[in-house]
Amino acid sequence: MIARALAALGRPALAALGAVGRVTLFALQIVSHLFRPPFYAREFGHSLLQIGWFSLPMVGLTALFTGGALALQIYSGGARFDAEAVVPSIVAIGMARELGPVLGGLMVAARVASSIAAEIGTMKVTEQLDALVTLSTDPIKYLAVPRVLAATLSVPVLVAVGDSIGIAGGWLVGITRLDFNSATYLKTTVDFLEVWDVGSGLVKGAAFGFIVALMGCYFGMNSQRGALGVGIATKSAVVSASVLILAANYLLTEMFFTS
Amino acid sequence: MITLTDLRKSFGPVEVLRGVNLHVARGSSMVVIGGSGTGKSVLLKCILGLVRPDAGRITLQGEDVANADREAFLARFGMLFQGGALFDSLRVWENVAFRLLRGSNPMTKPQAREAAIAKLARVGLKPLVADQFPSELSGGMQKRVGLARAIAAAPEIIFFDEPTTGLDPIMAGVINELIREIVVEAGATAITITHDMSSVRAIADHVAMLHNGVIQWTGPVAEMDEAPDPCLQQFIHGRAEGPIAGVR
Repeated sequence: MIARALAALGRPALAALGAVGRVTLFALQIVSHLFRPPFYAREFGHSLLQIGWFSLPMVGLTALFTGGALALQIYSGGARFDAEAVVPSIVAIGMARELGPVLGGLMVAARVASSIAAEIGTMKVTEQLDALVTLSTDPIKYLAVPRVLAATLSVPVLVAVGDSIGIAGGWLVGITRLDFNSATYLKTTVDFLEVWDVGSGLVKGAAFGFIVALMGCYFGMNSQRGALGVGIATKSAVVSASVLILAANYLLTEMFFTS
Repeated sequence: MITLTDLRKSFGPVEVLRGVNLHVARGSSMVVIGGSGTGKSVLLKCILGLVRPDAGRITLQGEDVANADREAFLARFGMLFQGGALFDSLRVWENVAFRLLRGSNPMTKPQAREAAIAKLARVGLKPLVADQFPSELSGGMQKRVGLARAIAAAPEIIFFDEPTTGLDPIMAGVINELIREIVVEAGATAITITHDMSSVRAIADHVAMLHNGVIQWTGPVAEMDEAPDPCLQQFIHGRAEGPIAGVR
């Protein structure tokens, strides 16, 4: 009875540890390929466009509405302490440190991890990955490395744009709905925002970009056969990327902002 | 040229290859036949290193492929996959010229495009097709593009995985003829896996039948019809009754 219970606990624990090990090895392989030729510039450029540029509208809209809602919430909560004036600074800090990178990362996870996993998963089940190998091309180098590099570099840019749009959303709500003076709102924002508030968000963005593309590539390349297999790979990529983003966010916040 | 010795491969409890021994001479066309799920594709993938065998030895001109330089080894091969395995995101000519554009001595884009168009012409496709995407082509045209890609870098050894699956009989005949012509013309060594007997008769110099994880029978195609092996006879005549268990 006890042995059975222990086995029931041990099996998933071993499976989880095995999965962590495989993902870690996959990540190390990608990192090692970053510094070894050949380099696929065209694939990198294409990935940059797909992951960075085409995610801009989604990240921008998310940030705009989040900044606006944040301003309303802080105004409403601040009114309990006669602290309505903190709206510009809290919106700016909240967007730059936390909401910009986390929401940006989650939105990119939904859009990019799913698309990478589905694309590479389909390539796997239609033998395109095997075809790459027979054409003397390493699928990790050709498919995963450009995507991971592009996501790691482009998500911080998306976060920076998202931060700006989110702060603009707060400002728009502030001056149209909460009777803030435009110039005062902007001045308060600039005065209270520190370089590291923005910098920490960009570092988080790079980490989240790496996670998103890593999960997409890993689950795509390990997709099982058939449409069901690709569907499971896609779902697993998005769920894993989202959970890892939130976990990494906590760890990075702990690292950056606790003494 | 290619020799397999006691090759074994299992997937979990399922023993797919249980000691395959096979020799394919240089310049000959070997066709491996056998029922669905008998491990024909696994056999090809083991030779190419896409699947790692559990035991056994694969040699190419006497050299153990496990010790060979991987890139140089793969450069000697071309492969036509069952579904074509064309890269969806690349144009037809880029698919055909994939190897020519990469590697240690890559061609320039115009050179590679020209070479790709020549290979497309060799498999009966017009230059107009070169700028299309694979999804815009019919199944037969995709097979031809796959064939053009397999021969683009003039490989010494070409593998054909179920080359006529999913094609109508006329298109299957065209592909079979093309394969035979190309193999003879290039003097390449070919291994084809199929369960289409018209392909066997059109393509093969030698035939090997894979059954129960071992080579059940092998010999020249001319001797196939007269061979006494009951499994082979059941297979080539498509009989439901015989030593190979059918599922009804």
